[in-house]
Amino acid sequence: MGWYPIGDISDIPLRGARCVKTPQMNIAIFRTGENEVHAIENRCPHKGGPLSEGIVHGNAVTCPLHNWVISLETGKALGADEGEVRVIPVRNEGGRLSIALENVMMVAAE
Amino acid sequence: MTEKLVIIGNGMAPGRMLEHLFEQAPGRYAVTIFNAEPRVNYDRIMLSPVLSGEKSYEQIVIHGDGWYIDHGITLYKGHRIVAIDRGTKAVTSDHGVTESYDKLVIATGSVPFIIPVPGKDLPGVITYRDLDDVQAMLLAAQSREKAIVIGGGLLGLEAAAGLALRGMDVTVLHVNSSLMERQLDPAAGYLLQTELQRRGIKVICKANTKAIIGNGRVEGVELDNGTIIPATLVVMAVGIRPSAGLAKDAGLAVNRGIVVDAGMQTSDGDIYSIGECAEVGGMVYGLVAPLYEMARIAASHLAGDSKPAFVHSDTPTKLKVTGIDLYSLGDFADGDDRQEIVLRDATAGVYKRLVLKDNRIIGTVLYGETADGAWFNDLKKKAVDISEMRDTLIFGQAYQGGAPLDPMAAVAALPDDAEICGCNGVCKGKITSTITAKGLTSLDEVRAHTKASASCGTCTGLVEQLMSLTLGDAYNPKAVSPMCPCTELGHDDVRRLIKAKGLKTIPAVMQELEWKTSCGCAKCRPALNYYLVCDWPDEYADDYQSRYINERVHANIQKDGTYSVVPRMWGGVTNSQELRAIADVVDKFEIPMVKVTGGQRIDLLGIEKEDLPAVWADLGKAGFISGQAYAKGLRTVKTCVGSDWCRFGTQDSTGLGIRIEKFMWGSWTPAKLKLAVSGCPRNCAEATCKDIGVICVDSGFEIHFAGAAGLDIKGTEVLGLVKTEDEALEHIVALTQMYREQGRYLERIYKWAKRVGLDEIRRQIMTDTEKRQAYYERFVFSQTFAQVDPWSERVSGKDKHEFKPMATVGFNQAAE
Repeated sequence: MGWYPIGDISDIPLRGARCVKTPQMNIAIFRTGENEVHAIENRCPHKGGPLSEGIVHGNAVTCPLHNWVISLETGKALGADEGEVRVIPVRNEGGRLSIALENVMMVAAE
Repeated sequence: MTEKLVIIGNGMAPGRMLEHLFEQAPGRYAVTIFNAEPRVNYDRIMLSPVLSGEKSYEQIVIHGDGWYIDHGITLYKGHRIVAIDRGTKAVTSDHGVTESYDKLVIATGSVPFIIPVPGKDLPGVITYRDLDDVQAMLLAAQSREKAIVIGGGLLGLEAAAGLALRGMDVTVLHVNSSLMERQLDPAAGYLLQTELQRRGIKVICKANTKAIIGNGRVEGVELDNGTIIPATLVVMAVGIRPSAGLAKDAGLAVNRGIVVDAGMQTSDGDIYSIGECAEVGGMVYGLVAPLYEMARIAASHLAGDSKPAFVHSDTPTKLKVTGIDLYSLGDFADGDDRQEIVLRDATAGVYKRLVLKDNRIIGTVLYGETADGAWFNDLKKKAVDISEMRDTLIFGQAYQGGAPLDPMAAVAALPDDAEICGCNGVCKGKITSTITAKGLTSLDEVRAHTKASASCGTCTGLVEQLMSLTLGDAYNPKAVSPMCPCTELGHDDVRRLIKAKGLKTIPAVMQELEWKTSCGCAKCRPALNYYLVCDWPDEYADDYQSRYINERVHANIQKDGTYSVVPRMWGGVTNSQELRAIADVVDKFEIPMVKVTGGQRIDLLGIEKEDLPAVWADLGKAGFISGQAYAKGLRTVKTCVGSDWCRFGTQDSTGLGIRIEKFMWGSWTPAKLKLAVSGCPRNCAEATCKDIGVICVDSGFEIHFAGAAGLDIKGTEVLGLVKTEDEALEHIVALTQMYREQGRYLERIYKWAKRVGLDEIRRQIMTDTEKRQAYYERFVFSQTFAQVDPWSERVSGKDKHEFKPMATVGFNQAAE
């Protein structure tokens, strides 16, 4: 497990999201209305929709393809739907953000 | 790898099976359905209300076309399968389509039994099985002549009651001595017969049909005692037979129906059968509850869980004739080891009978008063010893100790496992716990989550009582439905209060109107953003985080996360320079698909999000602006070539269309807004199914509105006729502004018009000049802020963050 810097919290709009590309997957980084930062796999468990393009409300995001609501904290689908996406550990040090990626990715690292 | 699931038949059982399957194993199967009927899945139980006129076909559709599209199902409508080849694992339809399968589900249902008498094939003899039969009956009923229904069972009596309501003179012929003898004892059968006769329906029991007579067409029925009854319509409703011929031809084990095990598997392990065609445990079924149970079990097995097994249970029967309350369940034949309790109230037309064995209820017949049906059913199912309450049992649950209970208390007193919805096998506990767990507040939500009252609907009252019990004062069926779970207020109240209180930001609305969530949800935020944009065009700062992705990045998101881009082509007119620019963009960005849209423009599909600003930059250089093909706003103005070219054109429809589009582009509306202008009544621009349309005539411009050609199909209504182009523009703009100010978010103009009333709209736009001009001026004012091309803004750098990743990590860098 290693921590990778991804940028500053101000790079993400309030109640918005940005995308981070990694060799394994795309990760969606969310900034909630309360200035909390969450990172989850950018792929809805339903049909693979890009969650980073959804509307952020509370601690959840609504997928743009078919309106599944995914918890940013647990990665689980809320409401009547069932499914879950990976949650990626994220660190916020005075606005500087980094995410934890598994060592397997180090293979690709120099 | 997705497996191929092919389903023969598109009735209620396979429809329900797919719902379960998509829930349990989403994406596992690619589904293909062959439906011999040319339509989608509808609620067959509700055919009788369609016949009687209490419901329309649209109201009984279970899965609209959209459902099939959403789930990627290929539906062949009007294709009858003629052969199953188990060797190559493929089926072939009568239109020659062959489809291979990994798993096959046969759900061919049943066919009506036709009694083999002379004349059975005469025109005018029909069965009662599907919507085509209902339509044939409705057509025949227009004559208001005489009809004969052969068969005094459930289906026959519902047909008779429906035809009588449609004004026909109906006679029911029943071979047995008493109506509905399989469900009712003779006493209840007699009461039912009396009630039907009171409604003008003649009933002849012990009537044996000898022949159907007529010369080229039905003229009457002859009984074996020589009686001849004249009629122009004969409905045969004597019973059904499982439709198992196809399975038999394929060499599957077939008895009365297609033989399946408790897991719904036929004698071929890759083939399942469910519905009326299936025979399980030696029984075939015709009521919906056991068929839905088969659907549930087949879905589990297809999803890989082979545990669930079909178990027989009695299903209550109800007659769906308005004003006749009838309930029957279980076994009520006489017998030495049986006792009965009977209550009769001739004046009130009430008859109740309980059949007991060893102090336990085994059968129930209720006529005239059926409220206690669920309770008796529950006692029967649990085999409760009733000796303690035997004296008062027949009076129902309310009389078991203490004062009589009101209906609400009776529902409250039901145990959690009491069955409420017989069709779908939903018990009380499931409904109340789902209401609480999911925070359900409307009947529709309860239906969506539990299926209770979602089929025949006779338990709707019970379900509503449960909602009142669970939610208390929070449930008021007549109340306006709230915008979303974040508030109690409906759209209209929110819009009114935004104006009245001068609320100009989303946080202000949420604070002042006491929103229950901190920052709303994906339903209310886009709605509020629209209301504020519309009401305060000069003051409100559009909140892009409250816009749906398409409106945030000004392109249409596709299933794979790429986008499509549609440049505006004014009135559908283009030229070589524009086409060349589009061709260059397609080549440069290797755009995989170029398609002409229904709105007379060109759609570029499959563009990566990161490329959007560069694509727009190139398009912009050729003079293109956004076509707003993604917006809840003005989309297209479709035109025909009009008087410039067409030998029939009466006015310059192309010119008017372009003028309207140039005037109105960029405006946001509650839902998408599509216009068209046709140069003559031949209507080549198809203006009469648009949100707003113009038909040019010699004397001027006929303005139409409130059409639809999507989920619903509806011709437009005429707003009025005006003489000049200027007037046409002013009226169209004023109408749009009225809709902008009053429509609920996502409410198309035809739904708004239906709610507000066509006359009121005509009065305000056509008659009230002052009102019309005020609307017009407010629209013009709003346009000064709205007509900014979003593409060129983004080419110049606005919202840069939307179009590139925040970071790319892990590829060639080490961790800290």
